[in-house]
Amino acid sequence: MVLQRRDLLGTAVAAAAGTAWPRRRARAQAQTIRIGVMNDMSGPYRDGSGPGSVVLTQQAVQDFGSRGFNVEVLQADHQNKPDVGANIARQWLDQGVDVVADLPTSSVALAVNQIAREKNKVHLNSGAATSDLTGAICSPNTVHWTYDTYMLAKSTGAAIVKAGGDSWFFITADYAFGHALERDTGNFVKAQGGTVLGNVRFPFPATTDFSAFVVQARASRAKVLGLATASTDTVNAIKGAREFGLQRSMKIAALLIGLPDVKALGLESGQGLLLTEPFYWDMNDRTRALTQRVKAKNQDRPPAMEPAGCYGMVLHYLKAVADMGVAAAKASGADAVARMKAMPTDDDAFGPGLIRADGRKIHPSYLFQVKTPAESRNPWDLYKLVATTPAEEAFRPLSEGNCPLVRS
Amino acid sequence: MDDIFGIPAPLLFGQLLLGLINGAFYAMLSLGLAVIFGLLNIVNMAHGAQFMMGAFAAWMLLAWFGIGYWWALLLAPIIIAITGIILERLLISRLYKLDHLYGLLLTFGLALIIEGVFRNEFGSSGLPYRIPDALSGAWDLGFMFMPVYRGWVVIAALVLCLATWLIIEKTRLGAYLRAATENAALVQAFGVNVPRMVTLTYGFGVALAAVGGVLAAPIYSVNPQMGSNLIIVVFATVVIGGMGSILGAILTGFTLGVVEGLTKVFWPEASATVIFVIMAIVLLARPAGLFGRA
Amino acid sequence: MASDTTITAGALAASEKPGEGVWGFSRAQIIALGALVVFLAVAPFVLYPVFLMKLLCFALFACAFNLLIGYVGLLSFGHAAYFGMGGYLAGHAAKVWGLTPELSIIVGGATAAALGAVAGWIAIRRQGIYFAMITLALAQMVYFFCVQAPFTGGEDGIQAIPRGNLLGVLPLDRDMNMYWVVVAVFLGGFLLIHRIIHSPYGQVLKSIRENEPRATSLGYRTDDYKLMAFILSATLAGVAGATKSLVFGIATLTDVHWAMSGEVVLMTLVGGLGTVFGPLVGAAVIVTMQNYLAEMGAWVTVIQGVIFVACVIAFRRGIVGEIARLLKVKL
Repeated sequence: MVLQRRDLLGTAVAAAAGTAWPRRRARAQAQTIRIGVMNDMSGPYRDGSGPGSVVLTQQAVQDFGSRGFNVEVLQADHQNKPDVGANIARQWLDQGVDVVADLPTSSVALAVNQIAREKNKVHLNSGAATSDLTGAICSPNTVHWTYDTYMLAKSTGAAIVKAGGDSWFFITADYAFGHALERDTGNFVKAQGGTVLGNVRFPFPATTDFSAFVVQARASRAKVLGLATASTDTVNAIKGAREFGLQRSMKIAALLIGLPDVKALGLESGQGLLLTEPFYWDMNDRTRALTQRVKAKNQDRPPAMEPAGCYGMVLHYLKAVADMGVAAAKASGADAVARMKAMPTDDDAFGPGLIRADGRKIHPSYLFQVKTPAESRNPWDLYKLVATTPAEEAFRPLSEGNCPLVRS
Repeated sequence: MDDIFGIPAPLLFGQLLLGLINGAFYAMLSLGLAVIFGLLNIVNMAHGAQFMMGAFAAWMLLAWFGIGYWWALLLAPIIIAITGIILERLLISRLYKLDHLYGLLLTFGLALIIEGVFRNEFGSSGLPYRIPDALSGAWDLGFMFMPVYRGWVVIAALVLCLATWLIIEKTRLGAYLRAATENAALVQAFGVNVPRMVTLTYGFGVALAAVGGVLAAPIYSVNPQMGSNLIIVVFATVVIGGMGSILGAILTGFTLGVVEGLTKVFWPEASATVIFVIMAIVLLARPAGLFGRA
Repeated sequence: MASDTTITAGALAASEKPGEGVWGFSRAQIIALGALVVFLAVAPFVLYPVFLMKLLCFALFACAFNLLIGYVGLLSFGHAAYFGMGGYLAGHAAKVWGLTPELSIIVGGATAAALGAVAGWIAIRRQGIYFAMITLALAQMVYFFCVQAPFTGGEDGIQAIPRGNLLGVLPLDRDMNMYWVVVAVFLGGFLLIHRIIHSPYGQVLKSIRENEPRATSLGYRTDDYKLMAFILSATLAGVAGATKSLVFGIATLTDVHWAMSGEVVLMTLVGGLGTVFGPLVGAAVIVTMQNYLAEMGAWVTVIQGVIFVACVIAFRRGIVGEIARLLKVKL
């Protein structure tokens, strides 16, 4: 019986120690900015963000240099569980962490967004796709940096139609994200004078074999196959399409796919695929220089777009902190974000840019085509640029987002 | 062009054929489960993870040792079977005297470990694996475009399934196996080394999963979670077929693949749930499963 | 050791003497319960209340699960379905219908009960591993439903669920107020389960666990008893999920995923199958681990797997079961 109580107390002491420790440290070093990188370290989004985002955040801190205050980078795995993410975020922010960064997986991002606002801290988002973050539920404490569903749909949909791909067939994951992506892309296709010939919705996440849907797509005789899917589904669908010889009559456009997925697909299967990203390591001298700096720390891989976003947004945040003073930045997350919005951005990953009133970071989006094995000169030489959507057209116009911050 | 229920006949035949291909995977996996369950009385929750290991083994053989698809088809199952045999000797064999549920819990834990380790080592987005040159390309069947590799998968799976059935039902070894399932002590008394037979049976069941993995590697994404979604469908297949029967597992696997394929034509959104609905109906009508003994 | 061969090793470790102690509790259990109440009263002033609330929600979930495995011998591998659906419906009720928190929790519990009635009706036709696989498959269907149904918000889940005012009066936005509500819900569920086990109905359940044909031959309609237990377990799991969704203000796919079903099995296994306090201790261990190992990244799942294997191979009684064996009492 005694053991029973001791056991409970033991848990209590361990937990208390865990909670009390950073608080004490926070008092000791008021001049320290703490950035918590939270993402998926163990699940399906690990390769997109995961440890890479931590490496790039640390690189941003290093490149920023010493300007009279310390910066500490923490990391945590939200396991794609909103309650785990919310719990970590609450504890972090209560215990002296100033910024929660990255946050892929929309459900976790939306939950943390709420908490950061409640506690007046800063939420820098690179990994989440949902455009709601700068829409109806936009927050004065949030910057959404890298991409969102609107940007993906616009760049891929509009640019491909302009290039002659004017009839589309969609294979869509049957849930809210897939529907939104299909609808948005379809609208841009139609706006450019293209047509949508049909679609098929497959059960998510239970589908591993896409051949049945690929055959239907082929029968539609559309010029472009749009894949409103994510990660593994996209890879499986593309493999299926290639096997059934779809690439001979259709172009394949993946609406959400990143560099690690393309690498996983391999150039053999992936060649010719069209996709949109706002960052590619081999774009220009600045991105190549950044890649050189981090490659060794990043398991010899160039950064994907989410970690690159972490680099850009953390660097910009630190500039804002230096500009307004550490004490003021720590006191109010909203003030820090306001200062970020007031300053033009410039970093090696995204070049010059700006942050809008709704928290949306603005930069160009690029339509890439995956190279053929013959074109590729090194293991990570995967993309060639097809089209660029300029920064001011790449994202949803400020007036259409219904963000309350914009009206006031 | 004739229409059947408003769907062009060629499309329908095409989907039937594709369903058969998926069914081949279901059949191979549920066969492995049934073989293991028959003798060990353990539901191998790690079966999906071992399917995944098979695919990864094929990739490793190619990337690290330059060993191609055909050798991988032979070597990968042997390697994975050996890991399975080690697991059986070290861990699973300790549970035979206990409630069967402990076996389920143990293999579930093993599946978590295996998937976690692979994710740490290889990341989550997967690895590329090419279709072997001899099987690339496609036949034009008139009513559809049929990749050669898919045809190979169906044939290979059918041959494997039938061979397994023949071994178990028609050979002396199979007779021992079946006898040990009924009364292990008696078979042991006749001088048959039952524990070794049990170990090898587990290895064989795992090897079947690994062959499935190698066959899947060129057409599906090779990633650590590739087995976990499939395995729940396979469980449903096993419940529908009834665990007792080898032939039942094979037939149910292929049939459900076809049913799922047809659902993809008529009502694609429901194609994931159709197998579970069938499972519920079968349970209400025949609780022991279609081929099970009550 | 004969008792080692059944899944409920912990429960059988000590002899049972019904009638001793108060309200079906043994003396050791009364002391443990007292310690628990003291802990719950002091803890929020020392520990992070939100963390404690999460722990209690999972503890109730594990207790509900334990009702089936520990006292009826049925291993459900799909309990996340009831936990998660309870959370979704409670969240929907509080956010969209604007119901008060207590009504939202009731809605969540009732949903889980209805779902449990249907799933239980199908699943109790088979026992043992078949039962486990069937519940898993049915839960997977529920998961697919939640992914597609519009009201669940798909991948985003239901966000910003208001905690509201208890009975329309007491504002629950303050963590401490919410905490006491969660404590009340947990203790209510906990005592209810205990009461069920020690009722004549509970005795019949145990007899079914020990020997179902004999119970049938004694004239008990065992299927009805099993179904009732299944529904009760599902209901309490739903209440736990509903409470959790109010605490965090979110209801998402995580809670209906099969990994969650696995987690509740792990919690109960670690704490001790078939013990009264085991699920609580197990939930405390696993939730604490998840929270403080978050920085370990990908190794969390591996560690969970290792714990699973270790428990099954060497530690089948679980923490509380082992303690009870050492002290020769029933906990």
